[in-house]
Amino acid sequence: MSGLVDPELAARVLERALARGGDFADLYVEDRSSLAVTLDDRRVERPQTGRERGASVRVVVGDASYFGHVDGLAEEDLLRVAESVAQAVRGDARAPAALGAASAAKGHEVRRRPEEVDAATKAELLRACDERARSVAGEIAQVSASYAESRRRVEIYNSDGLAAADDRTRVRLGVQAVARRDGRVETGHETLGGHAGFELLEADPEAVAESAARKALTLLDAVDAPTGKMPVVVGNGFGGVLLHEAVGHGLEADAIQKRASIYAGKLNDKVAEPFVTAYDDGARANAWGSDGIDDEGTPTQRTTIIEEGRLTSYLYDLVRARKDGVRSTGNGRRESFRHLPLPRMTNTYFAPGDATKDDLIAGVKRGLYAVSFGGGQVEPATGDFVFGVSEGYLIENGRVTAPVRGATLIGNGLEALAAIDGIASDLDIATGFCGKGGQRVPAGVGQPHVRLRALTVGGTASS
Amino acid sequence: MSELATAAERALALAADAGADEAEAWCERSVSRQIRVYDGRVESLSDAGSRGLGLRVFCGARSGYAYGTDLTDAGLAALAHAAVGAARVADEDEYAGLPDECGTTPVEGLFSPAVREWTTERKVELALQIERAARAHAGVTQVEDVVYADSEGEVALANTRGFSAAYEASAAWAYVSAFAGEGADLMTGLGVGLARDPGGLDPVAIGDEGAERALALRGARQPKSRHCPVVLDAFVAASFLGFIGGMLSAEAVQRGRSLFAGREGEEIAWSGLRLADDATDPGGLESAPFDGEGSPSRRTVLIEDGRLATYLFDARTARKAGRRTTGSAGRSSYRTPPSVSTKNLVLDPGDAPLEELLRRAGDGLYVTDVAGLHSGVNPVSGTFSVGATGRLIEDGELGRPVREITIASDLVSMLRSVQAVGSETRWVPFGGSVKAAPLLLGEMAVSGA
Repeated sequence: MSGLVDPELAARVLERALARGGDFADLYVEDRSSLAVTLDDRRVERPQTGRERGASVRVVVGDASYFGHVDGLAEEDLLRVAESVAQAVRGDARAPAALGAASAAKGHEVRRRPEEVDAATKAELLRACDERARSVAGEIAQVSASYAESRRRVEIYNSDGLAAADDRTRVRLGVQAVARRDGRVETGHETLGGHAGFELLEADPEAVAESAARKALTLLDAVDAPTGKMPVVVGNGFGGVLLHEAVGHGLEADAIQKRASIYAGKLNDKVAEPFVTAYDDGARANAWGSDGIDDEGTPTQRTTIIEEGRLTSYLYDLVRARKDGVRSTGNGRRESFRHLPLPRMTNTYFAPGDATKDDLIAGVKRGLYAVSFGGGQVEPATGDFVFGVSEGYLIENGRVTAPVRGATLIGNGLEALAAIDGIASDLDIATGFCGKGGQRVPAGVGQPHVRLRALTVGGTASS
Repeated sequence: MSELATAAERALALAADAGADEAEAWCERSVSRQIRVYDGRVESLSDAGSRGLGLRVFCGARSGYAYGTDLTDAGLAALAHAAVGAARVADEDEYAGLPDECGTTPVEGLFSPAVREWTTERKVELALQIERAARAHAGVTQVEDVVYADSEGEVALANTRGFSAAYEASAAWAYVSAFAGEGADLMTGLGVGLARDPGGLDPVAIGDEGAERALALRGARQPKSRHCPVVLDAFVAASFLGFIGGMLSAEAVQRGRSLFAGREGEEIAWSGLRLADDATDPGGLESAPFDGEGSPSRRTVLIEDGRLATYLFDARTARKAGRRTTGSAGRSSYRTPPSVSTKNLVLDPGDAPLEELLRRAGDGLYVTDVAGLHSGVNPVSGTFSVGATGRLIEDGELGRPVREITIASDLVSMLRSVQAVGSETRWVPFGGSVKAAPLLLGEMAVSGA
């Protein structure tokens, strides 16, 4: 792969960025291409492709970051943006360290490059998903499916002499099915994606469609959700969004340093039972939230955030790490060259335990089995969260019984962590998108089945 | 002709060369700045330029889209080729095509030169004023985030039916997130302001609002479950109205994803409720002379005297329904093809000030924040259960602060249960761009402990 910018030009850009001082400067260069195709109402539509190239320059002075970006990679554009960023700084020029050629990160294996697969094959994949979903039952009234691929080639140069490159390929398939019976309408959703090539979708992609259809179908028989405090078993895979929202965001070092997190000052505290361990793992092979390096050039890694019940690490980018005198954990991520890096999660999940899903459910007399969430929201400062349960069931006398609709889980991250009383062995990681500070990045969320002793369920049934 | 309009015209010619029967090019250029301050100092300052072009092509009844940042002839030719290539994958769509009605509506006041005349130092000072105003309130324990941002840009749109137009717009906005209380008792408050330039923002009012909203929730506890009247403040009302506006898109209706499908002309709300979508109100930041595919902008009444007056249409959904476009093709940037969306939702104010709404509620709940709206509402059935924070209403006045509650209902029942609209309207950036007022609702299920 040929480089996006000449290291000699990168060196001149950094020199110009530090012309009026600064503790640190970096140049982020990106070439991104994407393809998306959707199927709706039995028709393949809205095929679209994009190609963007651009760069950004950042100068850090003390706690302040000065930032600019430009579309295109022309030499004069890069030098101009460096100059304009330097204008905001008041100090003496500093010479950046010498740069070598950008060294390629240890990437993730891509066996079949998606851009080399015929577009018609992708359209066929969507049609096959449509058919499979509709074949599940006559009640499946509508199906929509989407396929998306992207490739981001990035190069990062900084004033400490770092010159790094990464080549990132992602594919994702999503299916939504609508089931209708007697005026009642329910939807089911399923996705499959990864930092990988088209091989990810070769085995049995239609299984994604079948799963979405079955979820919608199940909900047709759903009863109103119960209300009150009760034990909750949270499903594996996308159930991990609870960990992501209620714990992970509070461990991001920007929130910690501004005392805007309930987890500030709690490092090494016991926050959960000793059998609870959790990771943020940006190096996990081919996972959706993985990269070779983060968007500041730090190699991704597996960071233990909770070890045997104790809070062990926050998640750092370079700026926040420098402030705390620690090393970056490889969590400096950005949506694109148009954005400043922020401490962000990669793939966040609970380590598997030794129980089975059935063990966890068997121990509940009356409770809720929350298989998947429609989304969630958390206030990192307090840890308070709300999650909409998109697929849930009652648990009665140790058995899963009727499906429920309209359930929400309300609680607090610290309380929920402390309430975990069982973890199964069936770890699975699902594909999500995480929004923060106006930036949207792919984030893997996951866990095995997890049981919480008690959590408030806000339902629709009058109790 | 501006540089953008020239690029758009060139893209159309190259699309024809690549084999497109018809085409449309949306070209934009913008400069945006963002200043974040913390603890009396600049935390980050960014100044950035952006430009790009999105090309939609039609090959017979198939359409495709491509976008890119390379506006050289070679770049545009590659884009045209990619768009035509994408169209080959699509199935035929008899309703696809350029709008039959193109044109512009003059809208004054979209651009204010002050947005670029103000120096960076002055904008930093404005952000610092917001922070100082918030910190000046006794009981405020932290001001986490103060952001000032602005943008100015130009958009040019041209299509092969001879439409070619451009406009310039600017925007400035700021927000603050303030905390009251500590540890497990910490509560947050948001203050916001929106304008066309920094001179239109009142930094002290924004800072005060963040602080006051946080302080009002100090000591919040989970209340007992109850059924009671509910008052939504303007922020929360806007979030719900934005969600409802999305359901009124003809796209959602035609695809069977709206609870309002088949209900045009029906009574879906309290008889005093009137809601419009207006792309010509200069106060609304989504206003423009034309929509995302070149149809002239207008004001469309959506709910009148409680009846559903119309859905929002773009050219495609209008053709399919045998109707006319309402100029509702939206476009968030050159990276996305047009699709139906609300512009600025405007709720007609009532005549009751907030105090009177609270008095009429008697004993109830005043909601100042909702969480999980987008995951907690079933878009097809309209049933919802969302997290809420606010104050109890006791004897017609604001009482103790409450948290960790859910309110549950369905959207149509909620719209029908409206008993009064507040008299104080304001622009709110939640649920899109919404001019909202507080709403008094009848009994709802409020679950707490």
